[in-house]
This record gives sequence, structure tokens and C-alpha cells, in this order.
Amino acid sequence: MSTVDITKDLPNATLVVSSVFSASPERVWRLWADPRQLERWWGPDPYPATVVDHDLRPGGHVAYHMTGPEGDQHKGYWRVIEVEPPRRLVFEDGFADDSGAPNDDLPVSRAEVTIEAVDDTRTRMTLTSVYDTTAALEVVLGMGMEEGIRTAFEQILGLLAEG
Amino acid sequence: MTVLQRPLTPPIYNRMVVDMEAILTDKRADAVFGALADATRRDILARAMGGDLGISELAAPYPMSFAAVQKHVAVLERAGLVRKRVDGRRRVVTTDIEGLRNARVVLDHYEQLWRGRVARMHGLLAEEDLPAGHLDDPADDPAG
Repeated sequence: MSTVDITKDLPNATLVVSSVFSASPERVWRLWADPRQLERWWGPDPYPATVVDHDLRPGGHVAYHMTGPEGDQHKGYWRVIEVEPPRRLVFEDGFADDSGAPNDDLPVSRAEVTIEAVDDTRTRMTLTSVYDTTAALEVVLGMGMEEGIRTAFEQILGLLAEG
Repeated sequence: MTVLQRPLTPPIYNRMVVDMEAILTDKRADAVFGALADATRRDILARAMGGDLGISELAAPYPMSFAAVQKHVAVLERAGLVRKRVDGRRRVVTTDIEGLRNARVVLDHYEQLWRGRVARMHGLLAEEDLPAGHLDDPADDPAG
């Protein structure tokens, strides 16, 4: 059974994804570190990923494209920040233009992956992903407001929370 | 999702590509956060919750020109955070709570994306458990 725990923190634009695998940390690490493995899970269903560049070192670059049903290609990249096999990987994940250069018009997210043994046979992988620009909402939450305004915002946030 | 329409105009195209990209290319989410990044605009948003202030009434407390306030309202409107309606000679501004929900859509989307990814990771590992051998050097079939 593959279960995933997901926590969404809207004000901080953060998504935490956690799952326990029946495998060693080294094996889970390889899902990220081996480009052939990575391309088997990265792309969503009708958009398989092809990893063309995979330099998993701090400052390194991972380049990939996802190919759609009509042959349409969507390019993306990682900028690798921290690498600590088999326990920790931090990178920025962004979109690229047709030439493969980072597309700064689209938001970049920062992903932090931690991998740790639960026991001899199981490993927990936790991914914390922080999305761009949403910091503005945090400001909204954090700012001092007079009571009436605060109540109004709390109502909004309640609405947001209930989805 | 259909794959039929061949000549796609950019907006439709954006909706059809990978969900993730579609939502992110939708400038609305960005516009929402951009609009919220400014203190005056947040204040306008809060004051327009009541839904019956005209632009000039909204503008009154701010030490800036009416035109500047109008600009802020326009930014909020483009982000889908306020609506304007004409009431006699007044242009009334109302905060649109739905607009703020857009911010949530982005995270919801990523949730779905990562659920899929983690499920595929599990699938990959489970696949390996079936045969006695390992796939240390992937002789398995190429992806996709």
C-alpha cells in the first residue's frame, strides 16, 4: 500500500509530501539520482519526462522535457542547491523556454527532499516544496490589522481553508 | 482530455498542456499574489469588503492622488480580487473573495501532481520486488 501524507500550508505556500517506502534509503535516493529512474515518475500521466542533463552536484543543473500526446514538449530544469546522498537533496524547480533557458516569467519552487530509514526495511521520504510569490499571502496574515479588518480576513482564510 | 483541436490558440493551449503548466501559465495566480504584495492594495481590499464604497470614498484616506488609487484598484481588478459596478454616478468597488481562492488552486494542483509522482515511485519499487533479480543496471524497458 502506498500512502502519502500531504500537508498544505497556504499562507506559506508550502506543500509537504511524505511517504514510507519498502526500500532502503539508498534505493529511494536512486529514484532521484538516476536519471532513468527519475524520468519514470517525474512526468504526470500522458506527459512522460525525458531527462537530458543530470548533474546532481551543488550548483549543478538538471534539464528535462515532458512530451505530451501530440508530441508537444514542455521543458523544465532544476538548479541543484544541496546534495547529500542518500539523505538530502535541495533544488529549485522551474520551467524553461524552448531553448532550455530558465523561463523567469513562471514561478520557481524550492524543493527539499529528506530520506531517512524508519527501520531495517522501510524508508521515509519527505518533500517540502515552497512555491514562489505566495509570500504575499503570508504578509497579509502577518500584518497588524484592526479588529474589524482582521475578522474579515479571517473569514476569507476560513473559506480558503475549507476549500 | 481531448487531443483533437490541432491549431490551438495560446490560451486554449495553455489549458490543455500539463495541468501544472496550465495553472501556472495562468497569470491570475501570479496576479493575485502580486496584487496582495502592496500595503495600500491590501488596505483597499479590506475596506472594500463592505461592498458599497465608491472609488473616491476609497481614495479619501490615502495620501496619494485619486489616479494612483484608481491604478491600485485596477491591479486588484485584474487579479480578480475586486469587482467594480456602476451605481448611479458612483463606481462602487467590492472585494471578491473568490479571487483569493485562486491562490489555493495552485497548491491543490501541486498536491495532485505530487500524489501522482509518489504513487509512481511506489509503483517503480514494487515492480522491482516482483522478479527475484534487481535492476541495478536498468535493462528495463525505456520510459514512455
